[in-house]
Amino acid sequence: MTTETSLGLWGIPLGILAGTLRGSAPFLFVSLGECLTEKSGKINLGLEGTLLMGAMSAYGVSFLTQNTVGEFWAPWLGVLAAGVSGMLLGVIYGWLAQQHRVNDVATGIAMIILGSGLAFFLGKPFIQPQAPQLFTFRWGSWSDIPAVQAALKVSPLFLLGVAIAPLLQWVFRSTRWGLYIRAVGDSPQSARAMGISVFKVRMFSIVVGSFLAGIGGACLSLYYPGVWTERISSGQGLMAVALVIFARWNPVQCLWASLLFGGTQAIGPAFQSVGIDSYYYLFNAAPYILTLLIMVITCSPKRTLVGAPGALGTDE
Amino acid sequence: MRDRKFVPLTRRQIIRGLLATSAFGITTKLAGCGSSPSPNSPATDGSANAAEEVVVGFIYVGPKDDFGYNQAHAEGAAAMAQVPGIKLVEEASVPETAAVLETMRSMIEIDGAKVLFPTSFGYFDPYILEMAQEFPDVQFFHAGGLYQAGVHPDNVGSYFSYIGEAQYVAGVVAGHMTQTGQLGFVAAKPIPQVLQNINSFTLGAKSIKPDITTQVIFTGDWALPVKEAEATNSLADQGIDVINCHVDSPKVVIETAERRGVYSSGYHANQGPLAPNGFLTGAEWDWISIYTGLAEQFVAGKTLMAGDIDHILRGGLAEQFCKISPYGSAVTAAAKADAEAAREALISGELVIYKGELRDNNGNVILADGEQYEQTNVELEKMNWFIEGVKGSIDG
Repeated sequence: MTTETSLGLWGIPLGILAGTLRGSAPFLFVSLGECLTEKSGKINLGLEGTLLMGAMSAYGVSFLTQNTVGEFWAPWLGVLAAGVSGMLLGVIYGWLAQQHRVNDVATGIAMIILGSGLAFFLGKPFIQPQAPQLFTFRWGSWSDIPAVQAALKVSPLFLLGVAIAPLLQWVFRSTRWGLYIRAVGDSPQSARAMGISVFKVRMFSIVVGSFLAGIGGACLSLYYPGVWTERISSGQGLMAVALVIFARWNPVQCLWASLLFGGTQAIGPAFQSVGIDSYYYLFNAAPYILTLLIMVITCSPKRTLVGAPGALGTDE
Repeated sequence: MRDRKFVPLTRRQIIRGLLATSAFGITTKLAGCGSSPSPNSPATDGSANAAEEVVVGFIYVGPKDDFGYNQAHAEGAAAMAQVPGIKLVEEASVPETAAVLETMRSMIEIDGAKVLFPTSFGYFDPYILEMAQEFPDVQFFHAGGLYQAGVHPDNVGSYFSYIGEAQYVAGVVAGHMTQTGQLGFVAAKPIPQVLQNINSFTLGAKSIKPDITTQVIFTGDWALPVKEAEATNSLADQGIDVINCHVDSPKVVIETAERRGVYSSGYHANQGPLAPNGFLTGAEWDWISIYTGLAEQFVAGKTLMAGDIDHILRGGLAEQFCKISPYGSAVTAAAKADAEAAREALISGELVIYKGELRDNNGNVILADGEQYEQTNVELEKMNWFIEGVKGSIDG
């Protein structure tokens, strides 16, 4: 057992930085997935269920395969399983939500119930055992301070998410596929006129988006906090869906918004640990207050939200 | 006319179908009582021996296998179901909202429950009180110290274990093992039971080294895994080297502490296997003895209303209402010896945890020199202060 030195007030910025590195990956993956889905014109609220299903399948597969493939590869199989389980839920949603006169928001809520129910049902045997966790890059080994070393343990999944954000931005702006998705999302009529299959493009976007959300779940159960319980998401999937609106359907802004929300989770505990213990309920509510403020400041009754896909929320 | 292609039915058929579906939905919603039916809770079947069996309903705030509070209760309930003449119905993951009213009502009206155990603290006021007035022939048992004789209905009782005693012993171990003299506590909400655990743990540690402090972090709710992990990391950042907790499922705290290389002390159930290096010991519930004892009384026809069963059931280490987790590998022989001595003294009643002179962490005197609160004193169940040495604030 090492004796750790006290950091005092430096613990606050360090705690928030560490919280950002550790806690923002699920937000990032789910919001990128949702961004892709919404760009094609559908709102998939069901990503909360996908997140839970991803967390459960990642943990379960990592636990079950640890003896066959070893402790290093088992979590990676888990990550893959999380993505695939997300895709399966995505196929169900993508088919249902595109039926005639089916409301995509209502379908999404049904998918939350389906995804979480399935995850809770199948996940019962995995609550108690411990599954092997993903490795982390130890970028803090230059420091003698254990707190810094612990803070700078960065997950490869987080780095992957950070890389996907600008990539997705580039895809939307500069590739033919990105243009298809944007066309379908902005004006399905014109897309049809161009000869694009709206159904196929949306199905593709939803399935890939759900794949990303499933990986977001793997971040929760295989990296941080690194357990499977039924309360693991505590609403992070829904918050990530809201983040997309907050980020104006821009993948790079999704990245900043996710970092912000990941970091604010650490504010309450970090302040209390150095003895600033009043108003902790207020600190814990910080991300929500911040969202409200930004929404109020940036909204305008004269125009719709900048960047909102035109077909979003319509029945086209 | 495009619709015809998708729905080859007449309007009348569709309306009939919708009515049938919603009727089916309503009946299953009412009969199934919620999201997590257990194998022990078959829907009411009106079987012949239902009249002889006492139907007992258990309601949990989280999943039944959470490695924590709910699991401890569910294990007790399973033991209770072994008593002949008891039929168990359960529902898990019921929030502390009006949802629990519906659960209680279904258990009473549909399953025919005569005894209810809504186990979470927040179920009591106003939910249990409201239902107790509506159903005066149903007995309600609440785990917690909120019942007041004369104020609350006759068919409400409370039971709880003085788990603070086990926390005191865990504190003795923590006091031995800490090198920095700083302990940490990840707590959910500032309610009396949580405060008492924090205070008893700290007093146990201070009995070894008087200048030990305990830093408290409140997360705000019973199950917030990310925040609990964040709190554990923040405590470790501050040089705290023993972390205890009072949340519904301590698994996250124990595992995070193990990863950070600091000691941990468990709660609710035995978390020793989760942290082979850093686990010290823990305070565990032992509901099996109290639940089976009560079950035998129910079968014998005894009730709260007739005065056959005490309205306040309490017990500590001596009555086997709580116990101490097996010591972890890191615990030194000296720590074990002192912990065992404290345990013996608590069982025999020689040791009183709260005795003067005791000050709160704002310097106010709680107990003057020579005064003491025995474990049975109800003042302890109204606790709204931290003792000297605890760093934290109750008013959020």
